[in-house]
Amino acid sequence: MIQLSAYVRRLAATAFTAACVFGAATPLMAQDQGPLKIEITQGVIEPLPVAVPDFIVETAQAAEFAKQISDVIAADLVGTGLFREVPDSAYISKITSFESPVQYADWKAINVQGLVTGAVSVDAGGNLSVKFRVFDVFNDGQLGSGMQLGGSTNSWRRIAHKVADVVYSRITGEGAYFDSRVVFVSEAGSKQARQKRLAVMDYDGANVQYLTDASAIVLAPRFSPTGDRVLYTSYESGFPQIMMLDVGTVTRRRLPVPTESMSFAPRFSPDGRSVVYSVSTGSNTDLYRMDIASGQVARLTNTPAIETAPSFSPDGSKIVFESDRSGTQQIYIMDAAGGDAKRISFGQGRYGTPVWSPRGDLVAFTKQANGRFHIGVMRTDGSEERLLTASFLDEGPTWAPNGRVIMFTRETQGATGESALYSVDISGRNLRRVPTNSGASDPAWSPLLK
Amino acid sequence: MTQTLSTQSRKSPPRVAAFVLMSALALTACTNPDRFGAGGAGAGAAGANGGIIAGSINDPTSTAYFNQTIGDRVLFLVDQSTLTDSARGQLTQQAQWLLANPGYTAIIEGHADEQGTRDYNLALGSRRAAAVQDFLISQGVNPSRLKPITYGKERPIAVCSDESCYAQNRRAVTVLAAGAGVS
Repeated sequence: MIQLSAYVRRLAATAFTAACVFGAATPLMAQDQGPLKIEITQGVIEPLPVAVPDFIVETAQAAEFAKQISDVIAADLVGTGLFREVPDSAYISKITSFESPVQYADWKAINVQGLVTGAVSVDAGGNLSVKFRVFDVFNDGQLGSGMQLGGSTNSWRRIAHKVADVVYSRITGEGAYFDSRVVFVSEAGSKQARQKRLAVMDYDGANVQYLTDASAIVLAPRFSPTGDRVLYTSYESGFPQIMMLDVGTVTRRRLPVPTESMSFAPRFSPDGRSVVYSVSTGSNTDLYRMDIASGQVARLTNTPAIETAPSFSPDGSKIVFESDRSGTQQIYIMDAAGGDAKRISFGQGRYGTPVWSPRGDLVAFTKQANGRFHIGVMRTDGSEERLLTASFLDEGPTWAPNGRVIMFTRETQGATGESALYSVDISGRNLRRVPTNSGASDPAWSPLLK
Repeated sequence: MTQTLSTQSRKSPPRVAAFVLMSALALTACTNPDRFGAGGAGAGAAGANGGIIAGSINDPTSTAYFNQTIGDRVLFLVDQSTLTDSARGQLTQQAQWLLANPGYTAIIEGHADEQGTRDYNLALGSRRAAAVQDFLISQGVNPSRLKPITYGKERPIAVCSDESCYAQNRRAVTVLAAGAGVS
């Protein structure tokens, strides 16, 4: 994880401050059809055909990275469900030089609409550099300017995700999410004695790194708003207590909640300075907020009911949470300072684990009804509820940084039941299993990396 | 949610047999200190591998006698933490035993079945553990001898996904340890 931190800094220092726009961007010519654009909000039925020819190898050491980088870019785009890749076996013209003019007719002939070309070089100092351009084939023009990104060769996947983020944003007009990580619980062992350890990986399941060993149960990790810290619940003291882990140094400390109580369900405030969480004392579970620097605690709820699973609005002014004060689990919103809460879930069944979307417009939740579990979304006033999934046990949604995709835990039933991570578009389309090399649960998506 | 709602009765031989097996599973699952890390208070003291004071089931002061003859657990209805009449009967015996054997402390584990979200089940497990703790205290057991812990749905003892297993998993288990006070 020290490596990760170093490499994040390196990217920040050398790549993205140095990212440059080059070449004369060909102005988009408005022709018969409008510029290349996917309107995601309209719902995409037919994925947009794209081609990502292997990036040009410009120096000998770049050979081992060029094809991998273009493959990751294509996988990112296709993984959204919004694009499909036209295979290179269909290509009429080959990209042999990054600067050669694009033969639009050859790409139109095989129905490619978006074309991504690139070139990769590695300098004597071992720095990887990737240049790329995006073309709107049907309009015979370049979409935006060419760009160059760089970093260490170890960071080739991050650079590829960054390129894919630019392509995705230019074509959809939406914020990106490929250059992000997911912290989750890696699981092993039998159902009665499941071993759990914290792990972090790229959003697509690559580059798994473990943050704890399996000696104590760990649950429900949550990233800080900048991705530098993780809050989670651990049984390492023998009792459930909240820990805060520094991702760069992989050092952890206990949040100074009084040790005689059990604490869990932590989540950072949007400014990263405080933590909201549940404390169980006797039969009662309420919400509290702690200022991390001072350790000062404020009690936010004070009812005999269970109040848990708190999540801040993006502006930090409100908290959405679940409570069974009405008799069953339902979703409520209150001011971040506590006080009166307004119930927003009124459908049939039980509602839990609400999470405010990064855009602020939606709340994702787990719904339990008629013996099935669902991941769903509703507006923050409770209207327009939509269920996105259904299974024996789906729970614990987390939002992609752009608010378009939700990742969650799906558990299969029975003695051999296992947990796995899945993602789904908020349109309800594109349900996918996120590849992990063992059982996995409780994902939490990082912000877009810097 | 209608079957196996009562606590295990020692008057019914077949159920006792099942219960002994269940207890053995529970010991493995619930009291192995390596599972939960060090410092799990009493939870590690009566481990499955001949804990220091497991003793003989024929010794009425032994942990084995408490676990198997008195019965170390009570069961709950779906999404409930209210003690049933049979649970109260069970806990009355537990309290009497604890009063007669002051050298023991107990961790009270609250558990939930898998039909619920993780956070909620942690809170529900707390409620169940607290219900047992409060009852034992009401019977005269010194509060300092009892410490509750919730495991939510993290440590089922029965792994099928139907009511026959769920009923066993919705439980609170009194796990004994030698010692004067928990906290």
